[in-house]
Amino acid sequence: MTEKKHILSILVDNEPGVLSRIAGLFSGRGYNIESLCVAETNDAKISRLTMVTAGDSVILEQIKKQLNKLINVIKVADLTGQDYVERELVLIKINAKAEHRAEILRINEIFRGRIVDVGLEHYMISVTGDSDKINAIINLLKPYGIKEIARTGSIALYRENQTKV
Amino acid sequence: MTKLTGSQILMAMLKEEGVDTIFGYPGGAVLDIYDELTRTDLRHILVRHEQGAIHAADAYARASGKVGVCLVTSGPGATNTVTGIASAYCDSIPVVIFTGQVPTRLIGNDAFQEVDIVGITRPCTKHNYLVKDVKDLARVIREAFHIARSGRPGPVLVDLPKDVSNSKVIFKVPDEVELRSYNPTYVPNRKQLSKVVELIKTAKKPVIFSGGGIILSKAHRELADLAQKTRIPVTSTLMGLGGFPATNPLWLGMLGMHGTYRANLSISECDLMIAVGVRFDDRVTGKVDEFATNAKIVQIDIDPTSIQKNIQVDVPVVGDCKITLEILNQMIDHEDLGNVEESREPWLHQINEWKKTTPLKYKQGKKIKPQFVVEKIYELTKGEAIITTEVGQNQMWAAQYYHFDQPGRFITSGGLGVMGFGLPAAVGAQVAAPDKFVIDIAGDGSIQMNIQEMATAVQYNLPVKIAILNNGFLGMVRQWQELFYDRRYSSTMFQHAPDFVKLAEAYGAVGLRATTPEEVEPVLRKALSTPRAVIMDFVVEPEESVYPMVPAGAPITKMLLV
Ligand SMILES: Cc1ncc(C[n+]2csc(CCOP(=O)(O)OP(=O)(O)O)c2C)c(N)n1
Ligand SMILES: [Mg+2]
Repeated sequence: MTEKKHILSILVDNEPGVLSRIAGLFSGRGYNIESLCVAETNDAKISRLTMVTAGDSVILEQIKKQLNKLINVIKVADLTGQDYVERELVLIKINAKAEHRAEILRINEIFRGRIVDVGLEHYMISVTGDSDKINAIINLLKPYGIKEIARTGSIALYRENQTKV
Repeated sequence: MTKLTGSQILMAMLKEEGVDTIFGYPGGAVLDIYDELTRTDLRHILVRHEQGAIHAADAYARASGKVGVCLVTSGPGATNTVTGIASAYCDSIPVVIFTGQVPTRLIGNDAFQEVDIVGITRPCTKHNYLVKDVKDLARVIREAFHIARSGRPGPVLVDLPKDVSNSKVIFKVPDEVELRSYNPTYVPNRKQLSKVVELIKTAKKPVIFSGGGIILSKAHRELADLAQKTRIPVTSTLMGLGGFPATNPLWLGMLGMHGTYRANLSISECDLMIAVGVRFDDRVTGKVDEFATNAKIVQIDIDPTSIQKNIQVDVPVVGDCKITLEILNQMIDHEDLGNVEESREPWLHQINEWKKTTPLKYKQGKKIKPQFVVEKIYELTKGEAIITTEVGQNQMWAAQYYHFDQPGRFITSGGLGVMGFGLPAAVGAQVAAPDKFVIDIAGDGSIQMNIQEMATAVQYNLPVKIAILNNGFLGMVRQWQELFYDRRYSSTMFQHAPDFVKLAEAYGAVGLRATTPEEVEPVLRKALSTPRAVIMDFVVEPEESVYPMVPAGAPITKMLLV
């Protein structure tokens, strides 16, 4: 069976220890976490956890069932294959020598990024988009010398008039 | 309104949950709770080691059908329960464990006897709580009992900081629990069940494969009804023993690594397997790729994670075993199955042939055979005793040669396989069933792991009987070394052993010994007629092995036979 990337959107009780239950479940059973993003929802008692994981269909089914089995997990939705919006934010600190500045700015513009910090020798760029877009800009900027990167990991929501989570 | 301390709330809530007996061991962090205990009519059984408390609570739950409760102090008291919690988790036994904790203001400071027991037990509890505010206590206790006993049962731990147990709050009995994130599915999907009915109608060689879920959901009558009216033979896991009467002609015996020849062959030959309350553990399936390859598989379980985990099934049914079988039986009653007596005849005949040619057997010898001891125990107790076991060969011989007709009679650490389980389990079972014979079928190795609980048995006048199958070896490990490591007995032979008869006497119990086959019955009779705790030391054939045996990872048809 083939491994596939899945975006899971998980609603959990906003309580201490919940993240550790989920992380423990994944490490204990040898499942993958590619990225993980957690924050409170509009209901302060509930947090949304967006996770990118990978596995074949049998593993994915187990992952979803195992998550649902945790008492603090309210709902698990697999967005993959649905109509959804995915966003990720990245901060890229990049070497910006005088001769490269124009080219870097042009790439930044194409990706609708923003320069959030400037120095004599560097730029910090902030870009949002789905992970493919983020990967693309990182690849384009690599030749100029990326100093540091911070990525948020994906967050995602269903488009309206789909089953909601 | 009056204010109550956390300890008083705990007592009130235990009463509210119908608890009358708890197993525990005191310490600094639970002093207030223990003090409060003196002002209640709760029965507290003081064990001699916290592992004893949790195993006893586990067995108490199985023998009584209630939730077992265990109370221990922080730090080492709490960590000593971890093995037992993990065992109860594997076997899906409803227990609630209360652990003391250092005061909330000290948590995280590496205080004396502080340990993050909630962190430690996260992967081996169904759920756990750290109560940080006495205001939450009553609700948490209510939730803990609800979670422990509902759905697929399991252990729930509640960590109680010392300031929570001694500070006061207005107490009100909380309403029934409502957890938006926890709603087990009890009632199955009927569409799935009609598929099952269709499969039953066309199957020529069907088998029911039952497990601990039958016992946990008390579905034994529904199971017997299903088997009887469809004439489908039944095999079960270790945890399922007693879920179907072993004296019923449709009984195949246990399956798996030490299963019967006919059970294992039936599984590989069957064209329909109805699995109820099982999780397809590797000790049962052997090599997964060659497990029941000819069969359509139906799996009924209340826990969706148990379905499609190890084995791909054709008809998954999520639901409580009892409710599901009840509905299935009703649906079958409205169907015409034809003359099942006749249509099942060839299959049942085949199974009988397997039973005739290759029954469970052992060879008698000059020395006592351990299987013979178990057979005699069965005979003399007429199958009515509660049997607990340790782990190893003793456990397997108990499963093979004591024939269980009723649920709740076989209490063993199945999933985790904890040596040292049997004696404290016997204590817990005897507390729950004071009028029954409770017998721990033990190994000479395992019994030494929680032997201190003899003192508990004697203190509370619990007339438990310990039958040590004393082979001088860590027998089950020795057996693997004999078969797969050219008899290199690395660290499995005891060079020294205590005199178990004197040890019993030192504890204030009765000690008996049998060294020849002729002495077995008199010793057992003496023990059964002694209204006190008794240790029987059966000096058995040292190198006897458990057969049939399926080597680890082999298909279950590849049995080594006697
Ligand atoms: C706590 C624990 N430690 C180690 C084991 C591994 N183990 C399984 S069976 C066994 C031997 C048990 O010896 P004994 O109690 O004498 O029983 P016998 O097999 O001889 O009947 C061992 C060491 C275990 N199951 N549990
Ligand atoms: Mg032994």
